[in-house]
This record gives sequence, C-alpha cells and structure tokens, in this order.
Amino acid sequence: MATLKELSQREELLAGGHRLCAGCGASIVVRQILLAAGKNVVVSSATGCLEVATTIYPYTSWRVPFIHSAFENSAATACGVEAMYQSLKRKGKLPVDEEIRFIAFGGDGGTYDIGLQSLSGGLERGHDFLYVCYDNGAYMNTGIQRSSSTPLGADTTTSPAGKVIPGKQQYRKDLTDVVEAHHIPYLAQASPHNWKDLTRKVEKALSIRGPKFLNVIAPCHRGWRSGVDQAIELARLAVETCFWPLYEVENGKVTINYKPKTKKPVTEWMKLQGRFKHLFNPENEHILQRLQEGIDAKWENLLRREEGSGQ
Amino acid sequence: MGKPVAMTGNIAVANAMRQINPDVCAAYPITPSTEVMQQFASFVADGKVDTELVTVESEHSAMSACIGAAAAGGRVMTATSANGLALMWEMLYIASGNRLPIVMMVVNRALSAPINIHGDHSDGMGARDSGWIQFYSENAQEAYDNLIQAVVIGQNRDVRLPVMVGMDGFIISHSIENLELLSDQQVKDFIGEYIPLYPLLNIKQPVTFGPLDLQDYYSEHKRQQAEAMKLAKPVILKVAQDFAAVSGRKYGFFETYRLEDAEIAILTLGSSAGTARFVVDEARERGVKVGLIKLRLFRPFPMEELQAALGQVKALAVMDRCDSFGAAGGPVFSEVRSALYDLSPRPAVINYIYGLGGRDLGIAHIEQVIRDLQEIRQTGKVKELITYLTVRE
Repeated sequence: MATLKELSQREELLAGGHRLCAGCGASIVVRQILLAAGKNVVVSSATGCLEVATTIYPYTSWRVPFIHSAFENSAATACGVEAMYQSLKRKGKLPVDEEIRFIAFGGDGGTYDIGLQSLSGGLERGHDFLYVCYDNGAYMNTGIQRSSSTPLGADTTTSPAGKVIPGKQQYRKDLTDVVEAHHIPYLAQASPHNWKDLTRKVEKALSIRGPKFLNVIAPCHRGWRSGVDQAIELARLAVETCFWPLYEVENGKVTINYKPKTKKPVTEWMKLQGRFKHLFNPENEHILQRLQEGIDAKWENLLRREEGSGQ
Repeated sequence: MGKPVAMTGNIAVANAMRQINPDVCAAYPITPSTEVMQQFASFVADGKVDTELVTVESEHSAMSACIGAAAAGGRVMTATSANGLALMWEMLYIASGNRLPIVMMVVNRALSAPINIHGDHSDGMGARDSGWIQFYSENAQEAYDNLIQAVVIGQNRDVRLPVMVGMDGFIISHSIENLELLSDQQVKDFIGEYIPLYPLLNIKQPVTFGPLDLQDYYSEHKRQQAEAMKLAKPVILKVAQDFAAVSGRKYGFFETYRLEDAEIAILTLGSSAGTARFVVDEARERGVKVGLIKLRLFRPFPMEELQAALGQVKALAVMDRCDSFGAAGGPVFSEVRSALYDLSPRPAVINYIYGLGGRDLGIAHIEQVIRDLQEIRQTGKVKELITYLTVRE
C-alpha cells in the first residue's frame, strides 16, 4: 500500500479551483480515491454536486478522462466505457500494456434511489469497474431533500421537522447489504477520516477483476447543518458510534476493519448536526432511542456475520 | 449485383449489423425489435462478429451504455421500439448533445396506453426534436440500406450526430421479403475505419465529457448541433451517391413517383408508400394526375427540397401514422404544410391520421384520399383539414 509520504508526492488528479463548498466531504473522498488509483483511470459521474461543481464549462477539475451523462446512470455509462475498452483491447486497437481502470461515482440519491437499477445491472453483468457511492445522506445538490439513505429522524426539506411530523420517519436503506446480495468479489464501507483504510480499499478494489463497490461516508455541512471544518470529525464520529461501520466483504468473507474500543452513543455524532436538533427535545426521545436500537442491532449483526464468515 | 435473399426486416437489419460489426452493442429486448438483437446475439455467440454485447437491464441503460461506449471511442449500435425508445428519451438528447454517432434501429411501434405492440410512428415522432438524424424505411431492403448508410453519415466529421433508422413494426419487421445483401467486404469497405474524436480511452489526453454548461455557453452548443444537422444534408446525399455506386440502389431525402405532371399528390413515409404507389398507378390508368412523394429523411427536415418538388401540385394529402394531440395536425403534416407556406400559388394541404397501432391501410382508403384531393382540385375548397382514416367514428 502507498505510504502517506508517497501519496503526498503524487499529482492531485482532482484539481483545485472547483466550486464544491469549502469543507466538502465528497471532494476529500474523491481526492483520496484518485490519489490511490493513479492516472490510468476513466471516471464516470452521476449528476450531482460532484459533477456540476467540477465541470463548469469551459473548465474541468478532472485530470483523468471523465464522463457525465445523467443522474441515474453513472454505472451504466461506466459499463459502456468499460465494454468499449474490452472490445478495442480484444481487437488490438488499444495498447495491451496500458491497463485502464474504471471508477463510477454517484451520491446517495444517484445510487440508493434513482441509480439503483443501473448499479444493480452493472454489478450483475460483471463489468470490471469500481462503483463509489459518496454518501451524504440526502439530495444535497437539489437543496437537501431526503433520500433513502437519510437517517431516521433527520430534518430535510422534504422530510422537515414540523409540528406534527418530527423529520424522516423511516430507517435508512442499507445499500451496502443490497450490493452484497449481488455476490460481487469485493465491497466495502469506508470513511475519509481513515485515509489509510480508504486507500487500501481502493488499491485492493482496483486490483480485483470484476465489479467492486465502495460506500464512503461524505459529510456535507450544508445538509448536516454542521461546521465548515467538521467533515473529518463527523466522519470519525460516524465510525466511532458505529453508525458507519468500516468493513469489507471479499468473496463473501466479512471483515470489520475497525472496532471502537468503546462504542460511543450515536447522539455524540448527532449533536454536532443541526439536522437532528429537534430530536433532542424531550418529546422526541423515542426517536433517538429507535435510532440507537437500529444501529446497535446492525452492529451486533455485523459482528455475528464476521464471526460466522470466518469459520 | 448483391446477393438475393428472403428474410424478415429484423433479420435483414441484424445482418446489416453483422456486416457493420460494431465494437459495442448495448440492448434491451422489446417487441417488435427483439428479433434484431436475438439474431445479433447468435452472431456474437457464433463468433461471426467480435462485438462486445452488453445485455443491459433497461433501455435507459442501453442508451447510457451506448453513450459511454461511443465516448470511449468506437462504433456503437442498438435497436429498440416504442416504450423502449420512450424510456431512452432523456438519453437521446445526451447522445446528440455529446455529438456521439450512435446508430440505432427503431422498429416503429405504437406507444402505450393502451398497450399495443404494432406498427405506427408515435415512437420515432416523439423523438423528433432529440437531435438525432431520422430515416424511415419502406421495406426491409431500405431498412438494411439505410442502416449501412447511417453509420457513414453519423461518423462524418462535419456531422457527428446519432442516427436512427425506422421501419414499421411487424409490417416490415416480421414480414419476409426478397432483398439484396451487399457482400461483407462491400459493407466493410463502405463504412471504412472509424476514427473517434477525443476518445475517453486516450488516457494520455484526458477529456471531460458532459460538463455543466450554463447561460454563457449552452446556446452556442445547441446552435452547433443545429449547424451539424444542416451540414448533414449534403453528407446524406453524398453517402447515398456512394451507396448507389456499390449497390445500384438510389436514395435521396425522399422519392417522388409520377410527380412531374401531378396536380394532386400524396405524401407518406414508411411501409404505406407501397400501397400508395399501387393506388397511384391505378388512378393514373383512369387519367387522374396523381403523384406520390415518399419521405425517407425526416430529420433534418428537407424543407427547401420539398418546396421544389411540390411547387406545381394543387392539392397534397399528408399521411401521418401518428397523432399529435391538440396540435395543428400530425407531425409530418404540420412541417410539410409549413414548408409549403411560402409557395405561390400555395397548394392546399390536408392531413390524414391513419394506421395507428398497426391498423391496416387498405387500397380503398387511399382511393378515398385521391377522391378527396380531386374534389379539392375541382372546388378549391378544403372541407376537412385533418381527418382520421382507418378508424370507426
């Protein structure tokens, strides 16, 4: 694995000067992934913050080939590019010694919701690509609407904390589990605060042929109503509270990459975010409780699965 | 002379695809175009082509994958019909906006609801403003010929636009006809090598496809697309000329039949032209000065050329196998009528909506059209501008 020193000497493949917010979690995630991946990659992106803020014509922040086509099809577009790569390589129209890797990016809206079908199709067909979901838990680009990744109780513009309904009424979809059901060779959850773990996972994923999936938490201070400088801290707390466990599934074997010595209550993560503020009112205590119960159950389940798959 | 064969429209098209041997083909099955991809899949399975076949999970992904593949830098094809084309709608604009010469066979079919799997032009006409070049074919021979020409037209450096070739569902797609195939080598030579512009797979020269284009550039990019459509016209004629040299079959933007001295005329597109031609012959025997114009190219719309061809006609019936609800007639009618507006004297132009959902267009129907046109010719009066033909009312 590349050391921190090596990574620091590599060329930044997502150039500065893009219009993503200062302190945006997604840009940190993408920079780290590209540093780990190197230059021989072609990137596809769903419509969203990452795409609109990095490709304002006539400028581009991408120092690697990049394609955006629509919101729901980052995976299908990447599959098309990869199919052409396989075709031209087979026909001898591309240099054989030049290995190219394919990375498709999408936010949670473009992945968990509208893009789920094309992601599922691409995984099932076995294309050789890595899909990265940068998960900030809402449709941030269109103005913080709830997505199926939005945590229970969160205040968003389409699940507002009102007088009668206190925020989002449902648990979030567990996309990583959904992806696992496709039995692809490698999938993982990662976080930008743990650059080492993220870098290793990118390197590992890109070394494997076939479809790979990374779900990376990407704090968004606009949507989370948090401090501009808190992305990394919030990512860390998401992991320390087990809201966002770091784990990987390689050929069906579950490995938890980080187990907090003492699991923090999820409120430690939530209290830094304005989107959960209303849940700290006494009448909403039951929602906090439900959230904690959901996280505990998933974490226990993950521990059991790790134990089970090791046998 | 090409090789004479008997095959359905779909199989003819699949054979054109085999001879074209695209680098990537992404498709999702939909009736009545399904057979195209079934046949093509067996060509792939038998090693008769070395295409990468991507059997996607929807037509939306089919066009998305075609866009990715075309941007990557190779020859790309697909086929679809009706609701499949409608599901691609968003991506059709993205294919043309990115100037990707994807070639698509559209086996024209009615759109739901109510669901109907048979031939009409609602799908293609729905996509008329998506920036794709559009051809319509009268029979399997034309579908085969148009598809091969489409490859060369789309990839032209002045054009670089996606091209769809239509043929009527079932009426052509599933009927066995006699036609001539070119030899594999003839097709290979005719389409030539494809050299992509700015391919994504050239990692030494990274490019960004599909950027955000705000008020400061969007208009200019759309204007360039409009210009590419204009530039496509001479290219289409040149390609037709080259194709005639290879095949002996001549094509233009449209075909005129007994139109030179015609006082009244019928304009149609697709399979109904054959029926119309037969009825025109019959009427001519009775001394009726009637002609036929069969539109092959719908986008870019050959406005000036139609003006020139129809200048002497006194009354024209435009046949639309598609309705445009609440509009000033069917899609072909409103454009043809608009094209003829500047003529002086101006022919009377009437519209027939016919054959929706595969309803048969019979000889008697076209005879009725000719009678109506004769009456207009005699009285100078149009009783009904837009009429539904082949429908119980």
